[in-house]
Amino acid sequence: MLKGWARKMAEPLLRIEALHIVAAENDARSVVDRVSFTLESGEVLGLIGESGAGKSTIGLAALGSCRPGMRVAGGVVSFRGSDLLRLDERGLRRLRGSKIAYVAQSASAAFNPALPIGEQVIEVAYRHGLLRRDQARAKALELFRELGLPQPETFYARYPHQVSGGQLQRAMIAMALCAGPELLIFDEPTTALDVTTQLGVLAAIAEVIRRYGVAAIYISHDLAVVAQLAQKIMVLRHGRCVEYGDAEQVIQAPRAAYTRELLAAQAPSAPLAALPALDPERPARLLEVEGVSLDYAKRSVLKQVSLGLEEGSTLGVIGESGSGKSTLGRVICGLLRPRQGRLRLGGETLPAGLDQRSREQLRAVQLIHQSPDSALNPRQKIGRQIERALCCFTTLNAPQRRARLRELMAQVELGVELLERYPAGLSGGQKQRVCIARALAAEPRLIVCDEPTSALDPLVAQGVLALLRRVQRESGVAYLFITHDLAVLRQIADRVAVIKDGDVVYQGALEGLLNDPPGGYIRDLLSAVPELRIGWLEERLERPAAGDNENVA
Amino acid sequence: MSIKHLTAAELVAAAGLCLFLACTLLAPWLAPYPPDQVVGFSWAAPSQSAWLGTDNLGRDLLSRLIWGTRISLVVTLAAALIAFALGVLLGFIAGLRGGWIDQLICRCSDVVMSIPTLIWALIVLSLLPKTLPMIILVLGLIEANRVMRVARSLAMDISTQGFVEVARLRGERLRWILWREIFPNALTVLLAEFAMRFIFIMLFLSALSFLGLGIQPPTPDWGGLARENKDGIIFGVWAALLPGLALACLAVCINVIVDGVLSRRSTPGARPRVPGLSAALPVSSAVDVQAADAEGVGEKNG
Repeated sequence: MLKGWARKMAEPLLRIEALHIVAAENDARSVVDRVSFTLESGEVLGLIGESGAGKSTIGLAALGSCRPGMRVAGGVVSFRGSDLLRLDERGLRRLRGSKIAYVAQSASAAFNPALPIGEQVIEVAYRHGLLRRDQARAKALELFRELGLPQPETFYARYPHQVSGGQLQRAMIAMALCAGPELLIFDEPTTALDVTTQLGVLAAIAEVIRRYGVAAIYISHDLAVVAQLAQKIMVLRHGRCVEYGDAEQVIQAPRAAYTRELLAAQAPSAPLAALPALDPERPARLLEVEGVSLDYAKRSVLKQVSLGLEEGSTLGVIGESGSGKSTLGRVICGLLRPRQGRLRLGGETLPAGLDQRSREQLRAVQLIHQSPDSALNPRQKIGRQIERALCCFTTLNAPQRRARLRELMAQVELGVELLERYPAGLSGGQKQRVCIARALAAEPRLIVCDEPTSALDPLVAQGVLALLRRVQRESGVAYLFITHDLAVLRQIADRVAVIKDGDVVYQGALEGLLNDPPGGYIRDLLSAVPELRIGWLEERLERPAAGDNENVA
Repeated sequence: MSIKHLTAAELVAAAGLCLFLACTLLAPWLAPYPPDQVVGFSWAAPSQSAWLGTDNLGRDLLSRLIWGTRISLVVTLAAALIAFALGVLLGFIAGLRGGWIDQLICRCSDVVMSIPTLIWALIVLSLLPKTLPMIILVLGLIEANRVMRVARSLAMDISTQGFVEVARLRGERLRWILWREIFPNALTVLLAEFAMRFIFIMLFLSALSFLGLGIQPPTPDWGGLARENKDGIIFGVWAALLPGLALACLAVCINVIVDGVLSRRSTPGARPRVPGLSAALPVSSAVDVQAADAEGVGEKNG
């Protein structure tokens, strides 16, 4: 008996050994291929990789769960000595929620919109009979306080749609902690948040991990975020472990080439290629936005926005979600009509509505969407979709169009064989390249890029950015590049405009913004971007920037 | 797709559907007697000469059922096609254009919907001549209203997708956007709706005939057959239940087939669909379809 006890003590909190998960379909693809690691109490393991690398699948396996369509082919997932893969549903239910808890990427999808937040937070503790209702409520209020949520009592009774995304994400962390679990699984909990909000949530996560001494698996594609929290990091690719080691070693002395690539993609302090120097004499103004205002249901979204963009250059528009930057892009494209203000393209007035724009004006302004999935018609072949743009905007005949299609595909570095495929047969990066090709087919003067890389994995995003820069060098097209990511802006923009609450609060050269950030907001924005070094979060929290109170509140 | 890939249920359903189609197309040759020929006593038991027995006037029940299938199916199909052509067109235009066109179409539809469909049909058909084309038209117009609601919400969901915006930025005409961008992506839901709607129209037609306002005797149809033989139930004659049984079989066959088609109609180029991960169907439209179905069922029960 003593022996058994000793064995139990020697057993780590979580031990995953040669975990092998395959797609249950006919082709037995390995989703996770023989991954092993152990986790002790109080330890944080970061799982890093691109989408499809198997990070979330491993995270779910640590709950003894498997997505439909996948099957565990072998391996051990042992939590405190009991193998989760061999437990029945009842045994798993006893562990889940109370001993092992899960924090999902999208809090808004994880909460039931019809119930108050507090009720959902205490549900696990209360249902499992771990705490009485009033105890659970007290615990939830305490957690809300620790997580920096305003007025815990009122927050408890609120419904999910009444609070912000960052607050909801914190409420979900409270939900996970309420039953006092020993292991937390964070599945990209900050990916959907703005950088400034992300900072607050990261601080909250770091604090609760430290205070409660729980173990955690932190899944992310962002190395800089993981570096703040994890003691150990595992880098995954195609379901295989590429590198596994202490956080410090992985970040400072990566062994695998793939890790080095990821690090390089993450920390591009200087533009990858030198931007083409603008002509000494000022190039002609291509686009002018003059005093554009727009309201959505009486809420003012754009307030007297004025911007200018030169031929063949890139204006980066940066701001948080909800700041009105995408709305501005849609006004320029003609998809939204402003309440007042004027647009000028190459000196001529650009009508507000699409139906008033001439074919030439339609041709001149193209749009690249954030999500390439919805920007391509799933039931039309790629070739047809690009060819349609050629039909609409050029006078080429059929054989000429086919030749041009091949040219365009070469220009965006895609194989011609993709023309015969449907969008579902392409990867996210390929789809975005197709969207770029479709925009280029019109030979536009201006492309409005609405966060074209934010839905892509870092390495793929790098490729797309490099492509956009090359296209600009070759064709002299101008970009209005909308983004929330400063690192992206650094690589592509010649000039920047910062938008906050529908106002342009800064417009000018990028260097000016970086070297001497005007105003507290931009400084916050700059300083909230996680840096790729261990200890950044603590440093950042020790010297709060102006405006932090507002974020934490 | 070869027969090998069909499930057992789909094979049975396909066979059933073929039988109904055969009855429709080949009624004059399949039926042993003309529909209105008296072959024996009224409500005679099944025999060698009349396999299913006779009806209230001594006509062969099997022959009348086969002829009735022909009439019921043709009228329903025509009405369903009218309902879908009109409903989808109006719904797409309303959903895509918005503004006053949307308001006009929706408010008109509200007016039509505010009166129960059966009452509508009763009023219209008691005023107008009860000819076949008129019945088809009335059924089609009334059901078009419901199809319109589904099509509108589909169009609204799909029109917010990026590829429709890109089409608008290209300056595409309404026709192109409707038929090339929206219709192919709405087809899955519309097909499911068609299978349901077809059966509801059939039920509706049968109800009208049962009340004497649908297809007029002596032309046989399923509702009429039930009405003519309803008094026989008291005497233990089950002739009135036969058309109901036929209708139930048809409903099951059509829905099994359409479900089979839908489950195979995953997005082109995608891997086979993983169970549990729903297709790229806009949520609100799916809810809308369910709502429309629930409403339809409730109404039929009431």
